Amino acid sequence: MSKLVSAQTGNEAMAYAMKQVNPDVVAAYPITPATEIVQIFAQYVADGDVKTEFVAVESEHSAMSACIGSAAAGARTMTGTSSQGLALMYEMCYIAAGLRLPIVMADVNRALSAPINIHCDHSDTMGMRDAGWIHLFSENAQEAYDNMIQAVRIAEHADVQLPTLVTTDGFIISHGMENVEHLADERVQKFIGEYQPQYSILNVGKPITVGALNLQDYYFEHRRALADAQAAALPVIKQIGEEFGKESGRAYGLVEGYQLDDAEYAVVALGSTCGTAKVVIDSLRAKGEKAGLLKIRSFRPFPKDEVVQALKKVKFAAVLDRSDTLGGYGGPVFTEVRSALYGEASKPPVAGFIYGLGGREIDMEMIEELFRLMKSGEVKPDSVQYLGVRE
Amino acid sequence: MLEIRWHGRGGQGAKTVALLLADAALSAGKNVQAFPEYGPERMGAPVQSFNRIDDGRIPMHCSIKSPDVVVVLDPTLMATVKVTAGLKPGGTLLVNTSFAPGEIKKQTGFGGRVCTVDASRISEETIGRRIPNTPMLGALAKVTGVLDFEAMMDDTRQKLAKKFAHRPEVIEGNLESMRRAAQEVKST
Repeated sequence: MSKLVSAQTGNEAMAYAMKQVNPDVVAAYPITPATEIVQIFAQYVADGDVKTEFVAVESEHSAMSACIGSAAAGARTMTGTSSQGLALMYEMCYIAAGLRLPIVMADVNRALSAPINIHCDHSDTMGMRDAGWIHLFSENAQEAYDNMIQAVRIAEHADVQLPTLVTTDGFIISHGMENVEHLADERVQKFIGEYQPQYSILNVGKPITVGALNLQDYYFEHRRALADAQAAALPVIKQIGEEFGKESGRAYGLVEGYQLDDAEYAVVALGSTCGTAKVVIDSLRAKGEKAGLLKIRSFRPFPKDEVVQALKKVKFAAVLDRSDTLGGYGGPVFTEVRSALYGEASKPPVAGFIYGLGGREIDMEMIEELFRLMKSGEVKPDSVQYLGVRE
Repeated sequence: MLEIRWHGRGGQGAKTVALLLADAALSAGKNVQAFPEYGPERMGAPVQSFNRIDDGRIPMHCSIKSPDVVVVLDPTLMATVKVTAGLKPGGTLLVNTSFAPGEIKKQTGFGGRVCTVDASRISEETIGRRIPNTPMLGALAKVTGVLDFEAMMDDTRQKLAKKFAHRPEVIEGNLESMRRAAQEVKST
């Protein structure tokens, strides 16, 4: 079988995955740097390449509202956004999760205002941290494509039934062109299967109420069920990642360890920075240094056991955050990783590094410096620092 | 790995040419990256775009600081932008200009290889407009040998045929400009 490879930007790869998924409904509103996803997909609709009902709306709040209506009606539903657009959706995103609607969103990571900035950081997505959505981070355009396809299966899985977002790093991946290998259309269709919603407001034979009032009597149980669904998603994400591997040759887990088995020092990161770290690790390994990377692919649900297992033998781990909690102790990834390790009898010291806000460059020298700081003991355990900022 | 930095002005096609090169290199079985630098975007402002080309995988996603090749689409940029910044000492500087390579070598003080071609004139004569990006792609292929020239022409023909299905005259003009630039490019 010949390989289907083309040069695509992250946005093109995500839009192409959406075309192959051929969802029933897409409701979206354009915003930099995610505009192309919506624009390219709208072209597919106009050209008749997909059967999708495209709902052009007047805002992201409306986009998510339309997605909720569509998903509640039992339609396979997708959308795409970024930054301020995602922020405008927040209210409806919590509702999408609470109603257990398996919407899939392409989310291009971009900083939040103010000041106005169009470049990459993870603040927008991290605002969604506790909304009940599944979060899959992509290192490159290939992973963005692969994750979009897997996200459909994960979101719709009977044990999960949760909205799922797939991220790329704004401009770095969204507008960077790379080799992307595709599955043939029919194989994507076979992989995702036909969507058979468990409930639909259009199924008059099995009437349901969507958006009911729950006061002191049932609200707590419904939110608890949402937490259970997140926990149930952990094995599902793994299983679908393995199945996708059989289909494509590219298997996925909840986390990815790179040169981690015998690593003494490790960095922990999300997204495109992981690729840069891999090159640094290769060069350090060539010099005999035992450096490694833990890439977290699924940030929600957070794979506590995998993270503990992956890091328990290292001597020190530097946790990289491309967003800040502003008044919390360290970035979101640091607080999760440190909390996961806390109860372990044998655990490495960790330190947090907040970097790259508003698209500030992270280069190979900076990552190499992190390994040097860990090795020399110059970085204090449990400290939180800012990397690459003018003080 | 070959790392290339393109300098142009907004509207001259620095981004497009990086994408075209990536596409052609992918067709030749290479791993590729093409990415623009996104600053405040406006017509005429100095812009940059970048390529990485390699036989192996290209995992890094940081900027290119010490390119092997720098291509300058607009020679007037050289008065204000230090186009040789970070360029490897043994690298190649390729400039769209009517000056001879020796002149540019003197002007920039760059110690490596300097190549020049009058791509603006070529594009006027072949495409009918000053669009130097495609002829510069032809010159780049010639001076670096990064891609087989004829294979790249075939690939570019296909790409342009898709993009300009309703304006076939644009396709031939662009291809001719690449061929002419490859013939006319001079090197120190």
